[in-house]
Amino acid sequence: MKKNLRVKTGKVIDETYRISFKFNGTTYYGFKGDTLASALLANDIHLVGRSFKYHRPRGIMTAGSEEPNAIVQLHNKSSRTEPNVRATEIEIYEGLEASSQNCWPSVNFDIGGINNLLSPLLPAGFYYKTFMWPASFWEKYEYFIRRSAGLGKSPTKPDPDIYEHKYIHCDVLIIGAGISGIMAAKIAAKNGLKTLLVEEKPNLGGSTIYQNSDHFKINNQNSGSWLEKEINEIKKLKNLEIKTRTSVAAYHGYNFLLARENLTDHLPINQRKNKTRHKLLKIRAKKVITATGSIERPLIFDNNDRPGILLSSAIKRFADYFGVACGEKNILFTNNDSAYETAISLIQKGINIEAIIDNREEVNSKLIYEVEKNNIKIFKGYTVTDTSGYKRINKISIMQLSKDGQKVVGSKIILSCDCLGVSGGWTPAVHLFTQSGGKLKFREDDQVFIPNIYPSDQLSIGACNGDFTLDEILVNTPKSLIDYLNIKNTEYDNLEISSSTNKSKRNVWLLPSDKIFGKTKSFVDYQNDATAKDIKLALREGFRSIEHVKRYTTTGMGTDQGKLGNMHALGIISETAGAKMGELGTTTFRPPYTPLTFGTIVGRNVGEYFDIFRKTPIHDWHVTHKAEFENVGQWKRAWYYPKENENMHEAVQRESKAARESAGILDASTLGKIDIQGTDASEFLNRVYTNAWSKLAVGKCRYGLMLNEDGMVYDDGVTTRLGENHYIMTTTTGGAANVMGKLEDYLQTEWPELDVYLTSVTDHFATVSVCGPNSKKIVSGVIPDLDFSDESFPHMSFKNAKIGKINCRVMRISFTGEHSYEINVQANYGKSVWEKCMEAGKDFNITPYGTETMHLLRAEKGFIIVGQDTDATMTPIDLQMDWIVSKKKYDFIGKRSLYRSDTIREDRKQLVGLLTDNPNEILEEGAQIVADINKSPIEMLGHVTSSYYSPNLKKSIALGVVKGGKNMMGQKLIIPMEKKNINVTVADPVFLDKENKRLNA
Amino acid sequence: MFIINCPFCGEREQSEFKAGGEAHIIRPKQPTELSDDQWAEYLFMRKNIKGIQFERWNHAHGCRKWFNVVRDTSNDEIKAVYKMGEKPPVQ
Repeated sequence: MKKNLRVKTGKVIDETYRISFKFNGTTYYGFKGDTLASALLANDIHLVGRSFKYHRPRGIMTAGSEEPNAIVQLHNKSSRTEPNVRATEIEIYEGLEASSQNCWPSVNFDIGGINNLLSPLLPAGFYYKTFMWPASFWEKYEYFIRRSAGLGKSPTKPDPDIYEHKYIHCDVLIIGAGISGIMAAKIAAKNGLKTLLVEEKPNLGGSTIYQNSDHFKINNQNSGSWLEKEINEIKKLKNLEIKTRTSVAAYHGYNFLLARENLTDHLPINQRKNKTRHKLLKIRAKKVITATGSIERPLIFDNNDRPGILLSSAIKRFADYFGVACGEKNILFTNNDSAYETAISLIQKGINIEAIIDNREEVNSKLIYEVEKNNIKIFKGYTVTDTSGYKRINKISIMQLSKDGQKVVGSKIILSCDCLGVSGGWTPAVHLFTQSGGKLKFREDDQVFIPNIYPSDQLSIGACNGDFTLDEILVNTPKSLIDYLNIKNTEYDNLEISSSTNKSKRNVWLLPSDKIFGKTKSFVDYQNDATAKDIKLALREGFRSIEHVKRYTTTGMGTDQGKLGNMHALGIISETAGAKMGELGTTTFRPPYTPLTFGTIVGRNVGEYFDIFRKTPIHDWHVTHKAEFENVGQWKRAWYYPKENENMHEAVQRESKAARESAGILDASTLGKIDIQGTDASEFLNRVYTNAWSKLAVGKCRYGLMLNEDGMVYDDGVTTRLGENHYIMTTTTGGAANVMGKLEDYLQTEWPELDVYLTSVTDHFATVSVCGPNSKKIVSGVIPDLDFSDESFPHMSFKNAKIGKINCRVMRISFTGEHSYEINVQANYGKSVWEKCMEAGKDFNITPYGTETMHLLRAEKGFIIVGQDTDATMTPIDLQMDWIVSKKKYDFIGKRSLYRSDTIREDRKQLVGLLTDNPNEILEEGAQIVADINKSPIEMLGHVTSSYYSPNLKKSIALGVVKGGKNMMGQKLIIPMEKKNINVTVADPVFLDKENKRLNA
Repeated sequence: MFIINCPFCGEREQSEFKAGGEAHIIRPKQPTELSDDQWAEYLFMRKNIKGIQFERWNHAHGCRKWFNVVRDTSNDEIKAVYKMGEKPPVQ
């Protein structure tokens, strides 16, 4: 029984352009200009979803972004699927497929509906109260709770669409293109200001654009026609940029705003290819004018959530804008005049109105007189006490409201209907204003929060500032703009206005029923099923703060963030607790105002563009030679070079053996390099490193350890004295930028008197490290002119050299414990020098090795890796590196901290070597270390920091930190693992060549 | 996101800067002469004011200079910026 509820052509509907779409598998038709909501209503479909907790049937309630119930899943199971899309916002396009959420097997027959019958058992805090005991059962409950949680389904395939970010700078940003926003845009742009006007809907003009009644006139024209002309004029203004379908999500400090511009969601899928879907606009505005309007309040009465119950303003919008009747037997229920505007529109369109229920007694209003002239029955001083109709409202009960509004009196009248419009007055949309840090004040007259204190250069105008009637808007908007923009006058200063609205309102937050309160279901949050009863329960249970009541009852925590019902929640708390609304305050409005897609947030930063990655000049060679890579900071470093079918372990064992037995080659270009020059360079190094630098001869290298002021190891590396006043410092790969920052900080702030200049040269040099017993033969083959004798070129020294015409710096330094050279050349020669070394090393089985082998080799030698064997709680003393801490120097960064009462404790965690009793057993890095397995609770002494199987020593080796480990040499400890306990012995952390014979060989 | 008026470069977005904690904490010239408590005072103790706070900022993605900022932490309004070594222009 399909009905067509299309009435006269709506404002934005193109009836010559028919569009087909699918809803829950059935094909329907609408017209260009329709939203999914208006098209469904035209097909007489109200039931679109099920509520979150009780699975009650729910319908379309609003016509805008505040919609709590009509949220759907688009294109289920495709890569473009999107959950929780508001049917009131999505414009229909050919091929649109939408389906209901939170129901199974279907929206018409939903098993979860049983929750509605069980609802007396499901009060606020049900989950907190029920699933706490016994605690061990949580894992069993959790499965079912998680399954029932959430509304739509998130996509499982990669998003095929393109998203972008864009910065916009403007003099004035105007949010909202209703009548006040349009006026502000024209005034600002005409006064020479670069103006941006954004509107979340596809069309300009807000609700005034379809205001077409003799009761609202501007300069003797219908307000709608007057505004239409204004819109046509502002479209020609050069200073003004207008963006529709653009919703401001966040308003941050310093007038920085984020907006989402929706570019393709209204197009048929086949027209979206290669187009940007959403743009995230990052707007920095000198001035911001907020004209976000207001949201109509529902009324809170028993069973106020049935499909067919809509906001009265939504019914008007559907009729005037989209040419759709929401029902054939309409009843309006109101406490103020705006429902009569809806009534007049319906009368104009020939849509039947059964009755109007008005909370107020006799009111002197031109709008009411006009409605009465049309013989429409108005029940004055009445309230709705209950409704019926499971999947669509079919009856309401009404009774007279007592003088104090707290109870109902007289006899009950039953009226039948298929649609009920409710109007509880208006709530200014102050969300963005408060996000920006603005403070609200409470206006007692009509019980609204309005902007009070502006935190930045901004202004709120129109309904979001509490000006609800046409005459207030037209008079106050130009006045406040004259002040705000500091101009003499506007073209709107002498408008002729006639506006008939009577401002009286009878505000009752929770309307009474003849039922006992405990039996009523008066919904405050429609999406999360929070009722007035839940709020009162929370108060009875001792919750007082509005923020606590919100979280306990989940009021305002749905995807709509309670845009409709939050005020009522506050009102009910205020009435119940006897607190004043103004003192209660509101809950915090947080960004985003309406949900953003993840695509919008990440923009182009997806896949390989997610983060920058840095490649060494030799990277291509590693790729060609099938290296596996690991990420070190932003660097891609060669990890190991598997041959044929080698796994990582096999490759690393082979590489490590080759490096010790003949020669290995490593790309060390990623190490941080800082060029240090100036007459005070030596003194500077004395202050930043723990050891002494003044006596380091030119041409020599020295290992340095850098601490934080708290005495903890921060970074390490070798620094070479290139000249009297010239050093080159190397840092760890990951620490380079931070070390540079720290050195600059001290130079600029603590020691500005020092003559020192720092330059980061990490990217300027490529570093090729050749190690192993045959390294000298190989490097001397590459640089034949250089004297490689140990006398002239000993360990820890440096020489300038040339490879052909290429200048290079050669350091004889070692991180592996082998005889080893590092060749530094200008970055773009890196690959050629690497290849020369490979060529020269051919006869020596020169083996490229990656970071994993580097780690293994240095662990054999007991060299630490800052960040792996240290964790910002390790002093040099804890690392058993006392030798590097100068006793003579008066001061260096962190020195004083090395003898604080805490850092001299004997039982600090200290670095030790660990040898497993079974030499083939490899420990897991991060595993805990204990002494007594039977003690309860087990005392954790420390953990394993590095662990490998050493092919050179033919046994498993590990480093770890252990409480008081320094004095535990030879002691047995236990590593308890999931399946067994591993016995280890504390050992010296230097496992290989303690005498440094290899280094000096 | 703030706009910070770098004393060397002018107004720039906050994303170009790095915050560096409380300003005007001078590293003791003779740390060895300090007791544990005195050293801990320098090392660990920082104010966390609601209201006017003096803090260090670094134009990390710009001129890399450190400078001082006077900021009202209750509304993030920056009252003044001044170079290292200069006296605060406001109290």
